[in-house]
Amino acid sequence: MAEYSAFSLLRNALAGNRDWKPAWRKPNPKPSYDVIVIGGGGHGLSTAYYLAKEHGITNVAVLEKGYLGSGNVGRNTTAVRSNYLLPQNTRFYEHSMKMWENLSHDLNYNVMFSQRGVLNLAHTPGQFDDYARRGNAMRHLGVDARLMTPAEIARRVPGLDMSRSARFPIHGGLMQERAGTARHDAVAWGYARGADRRGVDIIENCEVTGFLRDGDRVVGVATSRGEIRAGKVAVAVAGSTGRVMRMAGIDRMPIESQVLQAFVSESLKPFLDTVVTFGMGHFYVGQSDKGGLIYGGDLDGYNSYAQRGSLPIVEEVMSEMLALFPSLATVRVLRSWGGICDMSMDGSPIITKGPLPGMYLNCGWCYGGFKATPASGFCFAHTIARDAPHELNAGFTLDRFSRGAVIDDKGQGPTPRLH
Amino acid sequence: MLITCPHCGPRDISEFAYQGEGGRTRPDPASTDLEAWNAYVYQRLNTAGAHDEIWQHAGGCRSHLAVVRDTLTHEIASVRFAREHGAPAHGRRKPGARK
Repeated sequence: MAEYSAFSLLRNALAGNRDWKPAWRKPNPKPSYDVIVIGGGGHGLSTAYYLAKEHGITNVAVLEKGYLGSGNVGRNTTAVRSNYLLPQNTRFYEHSMKMWENLSHDLNYNVMFSQRGVLNLAHTPGQFDDYARRGNAMRHLGVDARLMTPAEIARRVPGLDMSRSARFPIHGGLMQERAGTARHDAVAWGYARGADRRGVDIIENCEVTGFLRDGDRVVGVATSRGEIRAGKVAVAVAGSTGRVMRMAGIDRMPIESQVLQAFVSESLKPFLDTVVTFGMGHFYVGQSDKGGLIYGGDLDGYNSYAQRGSLPIVEEVMSEMLALFPSLATVRVLRSWGGICDMSMDGSPIITKGPLPGMYLNCGWCYGGFKATPASGFCFAHTIARDAPHELNAGFTLDRFSRGAVIDDKGQGPTPRLH
Repeated sequence: MLITCPHCGPRDISEFAYQGEGGRTRPDPASTDLEAWNAYVYQRLNTAGAHDEIWQHAGGCRSHLAVVRDTLTHEIASVRFAREHGAPAHGRRKPGARK
C-alpha cells in the first residue's frame, strides 16, 4: 500500500514514479458482510472508516454506483465552517471542525485543510445585529467568532467594494477564523485508503437496484454485481435518497432533491485569502491554491435530479459577485457544474437508525454536507455500531418533523429551497 | 427552461415562482389529524422522472399552474391551470367544491 512521506516522494521521484501502488484495492463483492454502506461519497467512506477505526467493525462493504468522488464530494465549493445558531447544529459542526483540524494526520493523507477563515458580510444594521446574535451563540458554545468593522474588512479583503455608494454597502461582518477550505477529492481518497487498509471492501461501479427483505427487515441489497447480504444496511446517498428509499418501499421522505451550481474562474494571482459570503443574496467565494475562484450561490429552486443548472441562477451568481468585487468583471469562467442536494424540510440533516429494521439512514445535508464529512461518518458509524445515536446526532432523527422538534437554523419553515 | 403558461404563452422560468410538489391537499384548518398535517407539510414523493408540481406565474398573469415536468431532463409534459387540474393552490379549496 502506498505510504506518503518525504522519503517516499523522493524515492519515487528518482525512480520515475513507476512504483506508486493504488491507494485502495478493487475487490469483488463477497456474498455477505456485517455492514453494507450504500454510497461511496465522503459520508459513506468516512462512515466505513470510523466503523473500522472506532468500533472494530471491518467486515464492511462500501457500494458506489460510479467511481469514488463522482458525486457531491467532488462537486462542492470546499468550504468548512461551524458558524451555526442552534446548539444541535453548532455542537455537531464544531465537532466536525475539530476533526478537520487533525484529519490529515489521522488519515496520513494531506486533505489540504486551510483555516483561512469564512467572513459573512452584513449590509444593514439589522443584519449586523443578527450576526452579533449568532456570533454570541457560537462563542457561548466555545466556537470562535468575531465581529468585524468595515475598516477591518477593507484591510482583510482588499478587493471588496467598500464604498457607501455600492448597491448594498458593507456594514460589517462576522468572521470565523478557524473556518476555511479543504481539498475535496483528497478527503474522499484519504478516507477510502484509510478504510481499505482496515479491511473495508470499496466496491465501485456497483449500483444498488433493490433491497433484500426478510419480512420487514432489510437483510441485504440486490446490485448490478449480484446480491449481497448484510446484518446492517446503511444508506448515505445524499441527493439520491428519494430514489434509494423508494426501492425499500418508502415513498415519502422529508426531502426534496434540488440542484446547486458551482463555478470556477480562470486562475488568478493570489487575490483572496479567505472565504467571503454576500449578505444581501446568496453568494460565497474563495480562491483555490491553483488560483481559480470557486464560487456559487442559491439553489436553482425546484426539484431536480439533473446534474446541471439553468441560466437565471448563473446570471444571479455573477451579478452578486460583481456587486462585491467589481474588479472581477473581466475574469472568465472556466467551468460550471451542478450537484444534487438532498434538501431537508428544516435545513438540518438526518442521521438515524431505521426507518426499517436493519436499515440506517444518513441524509438531508442540503448544501452543507462537505464540512460535515468527518462528524457525519463518526456519528453514523456510532449509530450503526451501537444501535443508538451519539449525543451529537441525537436530535437528527427522521421523526422530528412529525414530533414538531425541527432544527430550523434559518427559521425558514418547510420550504427546502430557502434553507 | 420555458414554461408555456396557458394564458400568456411560453415564458422564461424566471417569471415563475415554484410552489413545490403538487398532489398534496391541505387538511381542513380545523383538523387535528397530526398524520395528515405531517404528510401535507413535510412528506414529499421527490420523484426522479415525471413530477407533478405547482408553479405560479408570479411575474405574469399570477395563475397557479399544475405542471408535469421530468426532474431528470426538465422536459415539460403538460401545463394546466391548477384549478382545472383539480389540484387546488395550497390552502384553497377547488372552486365550487363542497366543504
